[in-house]
Amino acid sequence: MMLNKKQSMTGWVFLAPAVLLIAIFSFAPMVRALLLSFQSGKGTNLSWNGAYNYIRMFQDKIFLQSLLNNLIYLIIQVPIMLVLALILAAMLNNKNLKFKGLFRTAIFLPCATSLVSYAIIFRTLFANDGLINFFLIKLGILDTGYQFLTNTTSARIVIIIALIWRWTGYNMVFYLAGLQNIDYSIYEAARIDGASTFQIFRKITIPLLKPIILLTAIMSTNGTLQLFDESFNLTGGGPSNTTITMSHYIYNISFKYVPKFGYAAAMSFMILFLVAFLALIQMRVGDKRD
Amino acid sequence: MISVIKKDVRLTTKGNGISYVVLTIVSLFSVFPLAWMVISATNKSVDVTRGVLIPGTAFLNNLKKLLAAQALGTAMANSFKYAIILTVVSLLICSLAGYAFEIYHDKGKDFVMKIILLAMMVPFVAVLIPLFQMMSAAKLLNTTAAFILPSISTPLLIMLFRQSSRSFPKDIIEAARIDGLKEYQIFLRMFVPTQKSTYAAALTITFMAAWNAYLWPIVVMTDKKSITMPMLVANTIQGYVTDYGVVMVGVLFCTLPTVIIFFILQKNFAEGITGSIK
Repeated sequence: MMLNKKQSMTGWVFLAPAVLLIAIFSFAPMVRALLLSFQSGKGTNLSWNGAYNYIRMFQDKIFLQSLLNNLIYLIIQVPIMLVLALILAAMLNNKNLKFKGLFRTAIFLPCATSLVSYAIIFRTLFANDGLINFFLIKLGILDTGYQFLTNTTSARIVIIIALIWRWTGYNMVFYLAGLQNIDYSIYEAARIDGASTFQIFRKITIPLLKPIILLTAIMSTNGTLQLFDESFNLTGGGPSNTTITMSHYIYNISFKYVPKFGYAAAMSFMILFLVAFLALIQMRVGDKRD
Repeated sequence: MISVIKKDVRLTTKGNGISYVVLTIVSLFSVFPLAWMVISATNKSVDVTRGVLIPGTAFLNNLKKLLAAQALGTAMANSFKYAIILTVVSLLICSLAGYAFEIYHDKGKDFVMKIILLAMMVPFVAVLIPLFQMMSAAKLLNTTAAFILPSISTPLLIMLFRQSSRSFPKDIIEAARIDGLKEYQIFLRMFVPTQKSTYAAALTITFMAAWNAYLWPIVVMTDKKSITMPMLVANTIQGYVTDYGVVMVGVLFCTLPTVIIFFILQKNFAEGITGSIK
């Protein structure tokens, strides 16, 4: 369809509000944050200081801890969640399965819960006097309540379990949508040819879903590097900042203590670099297997 | 042929056994924390920690305590106001843009679209401080505008509508033009009514994101009067002694609206996502 000048102009008018809003509320603040990241001082009293903020963060034990925590959550939680979501989607994409809608709804339901709500539900479940401890004591596994949230390792595990609970269904919906675009007769043909369920999963489902797997991997990486509510409301970043995430620490530096906007901006740029870098790697890897 | 079908049925039935077991376990794991939350909202705090798993009679009492301690009505009204306004404005602006990027696409617009997709990578914390300073300078703190402005236009929604415009028949547009319809009329009268599932998916995504937003509201909604539901829920656990029954009533009220929307729109939501990732 050839566009005449008037139609092309109409197009620009139609997309202008959306583009302007993104420019003003996403790109402009990013440039502003970049400038801020080379300044230091308290509150609005700032002066230029070169790359000091960027050097400083690598000497900041809490920041390094938060970076490590984000990477731990990323490396452990994202693969478990995506593989689980894929398996569940493959199971649900079966014409002979009954109660499909019921399973799908149940597994997706956690996604309708707000981040704050689910952080609090899990915090309560794993509290010293919470339900999990109650059952562990009842079953004779423990004598007294285990302090899940005040031990670093168990607190991290609780965060990971909570994340898997909240997001697996979300990713599953994307895979299910992708699977619906795949002709079901391919599966039937493979079955008639005697392919096992695992072979079908590995040789048909995964390759055909690759673009969507890539999409969900990038989205999950992005989300995990920006985790805030889980650290803020589930563990409070504790014990002594050992489960704190980068976003939570940046929030603390910006709004909890005496605001150091320059330093906070520099740290938030670290997240941007990481997100962009990992997305690039994932796209490379995603393309290579073609 | 018959033997082939038989073999097929036998094989899939065998596989289904494992599927039922796995899906049932995962479903129970998914639903349990929410079911427990609802049950706990009807129990006294001591019973919640005592592992009571049957509904109690303390719901009204818990609700009364929550109303006494927190501005539940205000928070509910605010959350609905912000989320509804944001969703309406966002759907209008993003669908118009997504439509334009596809229907009127040329080199210039394709290039702008690529730039916009880059915005997907910008982590929210990276723009948090400048956005806060911007809102503060414009004296917009504690207003609906501050809540919605940064979230109206999102690359995800624009992309969703651009994808769905792809399957919109171009002949219809040509025919409508010949009939003398203006371009905006074609969008409103021909395009919008045919995109029910895309709008449903967009509505679900936007409403849930707006309702559940937490980091941005705690930064810009500093006044007690502009508090949202997630902020209220977080407040219920701030004290020294936590009343779990009361906490769970708050969580219940914070969860119900999004769950209801999800149940109403889930079929359309799935269709919308399916259409958009072809």
